[in-house]
Amino acid sequence: MTNEANKAIDANSITIDGETVPFDAGQTIMDAALAVKIYIPHLCHYPGLTPAGNCRLCMVEANGKSVAACVTQAQSGQQVSSNTPELNAARLSITQMLFVEGNHICPSCEKSGNCRLQAMGYYLGMLEEHFHQFNPRREIDASHSTVLLDRDRCILCDLCVRASRDVDKKNVFAIAGRGIHARLIVNTASGKLGDSNIEAKDLAAKICPVGAILIRERSFDSPVAERIYDRQSISDTAMTEHVPRKEDDRG
Amino acid sequence: MAERKLKIATTSLAGCFGCHMSFLDIDEKLMLLNDRIEFNRSPLTDIKQCSPSDIGLIEGGVCNADNVRVLREFRANCTILIAVGACAITGGVPAMRNYFDLRECLEEVYLNGTGVTNPQIPSDTELPLLLDKVYPVQEVVKIDYFLPGCPPSADAFLQLLVPQLDGQKPQLAADQLHYD
Amino acid sequence: MLVVMKNQSWPHSLIFDKQHLLHRLYTLQQQDRHISAETIVRVAGEFNLPVSQVASVVDFYSFFYRKPVGRYHMLLSNCTSCGYQAGKTDLLKMLCRSLNVDPGVTRADGLVSISETSCIGMCDHGASMLINGIPLVGLDETKVTRIAGLVEQQLTLCQWPQDWFQITRSIRQSGMLLNNTGSSGNSLTKALSAGPGRTLDMIEHSGLRGRGGAGFSAGKKWRLCREATGDAHYVVCNADEGEPGTFKDRVLLQCHAGALFEGMTICALVIGARKGYLYLRGEYRYLLAHLQEALELHYSNNLLGCSILGHAGFDFDIEIVVGAGAYICGEESALIESLEGKPGVPRIRPPFPVTHGYLGQPTAVNNVETFIAAAYIVTHGSDNFRMAGTEQSTGSKILSVSGDCRNPGIYEYAFGVSIQEILDDCGADNVQAVQIGGPAGTLVAHRDFRRRISFEGVSTGGSFLVFGENRDLLTVNQNFARFFAHESCGFCTPCRVGTRLMEGSLQKIVDGRAVAADIEEIKRLSSLIMRYSHCGLGHTAANHMLDSLRQFPGLFEKRIMQQAFSPQIDLEAALETARQITHRDDADAHLD
Repeated sequence: MTNEANKAIDANSITIDGETVPFDAGQTIMDAALAVKIYIPHLCHYPGLTPAGNCRLCMVEANGKSVAACVTQAQSGQQVSSNTPELNAARLSITQMLFVEGNHICPSCEKSGNCRLQAMGYYLGMLEEHFHQFNPRREIDASHSTVLLDRDRCILCDLCVRASRDVDKKNVFAIAGRGIHARLIVNTASGKLGDSNIEAKDLAAKICPVGAILIRERSFDSPVAERIYDRQSISDTAMTEHVPRKEDDRG
Repeated sequence: MAERKLKIATTSLAGCFGCHMSFLDIDEKLMLLNDRIEFNRSPLTDIKQCSPSDIGLIEGGVCNADNVRVLREFRANCTILIAVGACAITGGVPAMRNYFDLRECLEEVYLNGTGVTNPQIPSDTELPLLLDKVYPVQEVVKIDYFLPGCPPSADAFLQLLVPQLDGQKPQLAADQLHYD
Repeated sequence: MLVVMKNQSWPHSLIFDKQHLLHRLYTLQQQDRHISAETIVRVAGEFNLPVSQVASVVDFYSFFYRKPVGRYHMLLSNCTSCGYQAGKTDLLKMLCRSLNVDPGVTRADGLVSISETSCIGMCDHGASMLINGIPLVGLDETKVTRIAGLVEQQLTLCQWPQDWFQITRSIRQSGMLLNNTGSSGNSLTKALSAGPGRTLDMIEHSGLRGRGGAGFSAGKKWRLCREATGDAHYVVCNADEGEPGTFKDRVLLQCHAGALFEGMTICALVIGARKGYLYLRGEYRYLLAHLQEALELHYSNNLLGCSILGHAGFDFDIEIVVGAGAYICGEESALIESLEGKPGVPRIRPPFPVTHGYLGQPTAVNNVETFIAAAYIVTHGSDNFRMAGTEQSTGSKILSVSGDCRNPGIYEYAFGVSIQEILDDCGADNVQAVQIGGPAGTLVAHRDFRRRISFEGVSTGGSFLVFGENRDLLTVNQNFARFFAHESCGFCTPCRVGTRLMEGSLQKIVDGRAVAADIEEIKRLSSLIMRYSHCGLGHTAANHMLDSLRQFPGLFEKRIMQQAFSPQIDLEAALETARQITHRDDADAHLD
């Protein structure tokens, strides 16, 4: 990784909410923000994976134009506003959209307390889902011995797709279908997870921000009050997230 | 000046009464509140009709025609109506039937399910008629405040009610915001 | 089987690396009337692609089916001009009733299936459908009854009245481009003698801007592409006109294919491309044979192929790729994704296709009309071209005029023509509004008919929909909202979810269940979709709502209830299923 100290020396800079933020050529606004511990809300972004720009929670105003911070290159002198009432209101609406389009019943979900969608709701002060619920009927795939796929909770963030393809090198997942019919599919002839070579130790099995991909027999490991977002805000946990680096111990 | 007691009505629609139980968990503080509030229609009083009240607390989602009528009665009588708990706010666990057609649900339960004897779908007029889906209360009436949680903690109830005793807007502390 | 299919319908003179994924899937679907899970696995094997990629392609495009469609598969357009509700009767309902079939569900005997589809570009022909991919136009109640009879008799389409399949060109007014018939390589000869640099200067000097609607300078695009480095450069013609109400490219492809291919070849000369693609919308598949003939003619006249017109080293091939029903593929980066055999999800831009396009290489994507205009400019000179139009919008614009007018069809005007002039020419009286540029464009009310068509005025890719005074504009909004919800690619949250929510909010207004707060909600939702979506589809998906609310507030006001709140749902209707199941009709079984 880039040496943080070298970075600041002759780097270009942008401002985020008035604060001067240095960046390296090629970095996105999100990269630059995270490097100096500025939190821009995001769900489909995970440092170390190619950004996708689909969740739209990281929308910021860059020189007056609405852009997704995770896929927009930082440009010298760019003035970015992020933590504004207007943008946070939009982010709240987008989060509510993600809730109503799927079937998110937190009290019955194994991921509750460790769920980034839920944590985003907390961060943005979401009290209710606001929009009319879609109540979709989606297929649950319990064919795999250690990994469960519950599409009811999928938010189509594409993280598992990228993790599996680019890190695990297994290409287990893809998004298929159009519009509201978009859904996560499995790259096997049967379409079943049980026929794939995914393993519980794979990044794709662990990266799901919601309870759509779960590792079996780990549910409710931590008691209430000791789960991730019982103790921390998503704005804190986001600062330490990164795909395991090569030298790191995987597994 | 002797303060007028705030009148509170509560009900549980398609809920489990867990939110009511959590409300009662405020324990000794209930005694403090008791000087400032009185209960109208509520499972705690067994009063059957809601008369004009300051605050209505609704637990549970809306799953049948009776729920709609009760909810409307509360809206008509309560100055401030508050949706309490995951089921009122999102439909919650009862809304898990929303993934299926109502007909499929009833047929599974009353006709085709394991162990069913004398299979027939109940149609007695005494029974509340089911809605096609379980709905959050805010899709049926205007709701003034939301208190999420399954259930909301006793402290959250206090945070919601105490400011209103003095006519102020309640504000839920960030650490009390949870959906489970 | 693969070998037999491979070159079946292709001119032998063309060289292909391999059959396109979309074509292979189409071919197999023609055999089985659907694409089964087994077929997906098989095709994945043939193309050495992940099964999931083939599956996601099949699921993305409207014209691929996972379950068998009927032997007579009818797709009725749902556009406001060529749609099944364009007249008084709902022809889709009528047809379904006549054939005893539910929309979208194949009849048990496998004979027939009926669905609706987005605009098929037959807006100058009245209500229309694609039957087994072939356009059948001028639908009315009589015809629907007869169609039902013919289907039940199982007569082949050749035995049906052939005038039902007659597509007229309906060119009502010609200008510089439409008058310019009989291409014989003139423009290409001139371009070759001028050389790529001077040809590009000419295009730049002409002020030609993209005719698809966005209006980016064609010369600048070509220059950026020419200057971009890459292993190869590509020319792509966007013949995926899907904006409801647009059909001018259909006519151009029919009548001016030669000029189009020349325009593409000139572009190839300028940018240094050896390969070009014509991406034809699936709805226009019936034009394929004609286009291939035109291509073959070009090859035989050495206007394409190797050493074009004897210029050693100038080689250029054009391949036609046919889409499969996805409006979003009109967006250039989605089109490129589709060309690459993937779902048509727009890419993150920048980088733009001029530097990172097809296969990541520099690619110039232009509309059919733009290439034809480029060919014209090279033949007649840029000054000649600039004489028409306005300072910022040079040349002419070809419009597809349809809706409530006596003479729907193709009209070519110099840029700067007023809306009123067009309405006078097409025989439209008592017009309350026109929708210019399709559902994503601009609604112009009567008081603004002096406004002019141009990039700086009212801009359009070609769609010009006329709404007479008897038209309920709210149903038009509803139609457009459904269109965007159907065509959203699903990639980003605001568009995927927001367009669906918009459909629901409008339904509430149309049903008379809405209150003033619902209008505010629609405005908020519109702004969310438009500001925070990933691509142009989302950015424009609520234009029609905001335009209507601004210009025809009465439409909404007269439908809303004078109360502070109304339920999101129709509660009385929400009891209907239970009433039916329990056979109850007592007072307690009703709510309102």
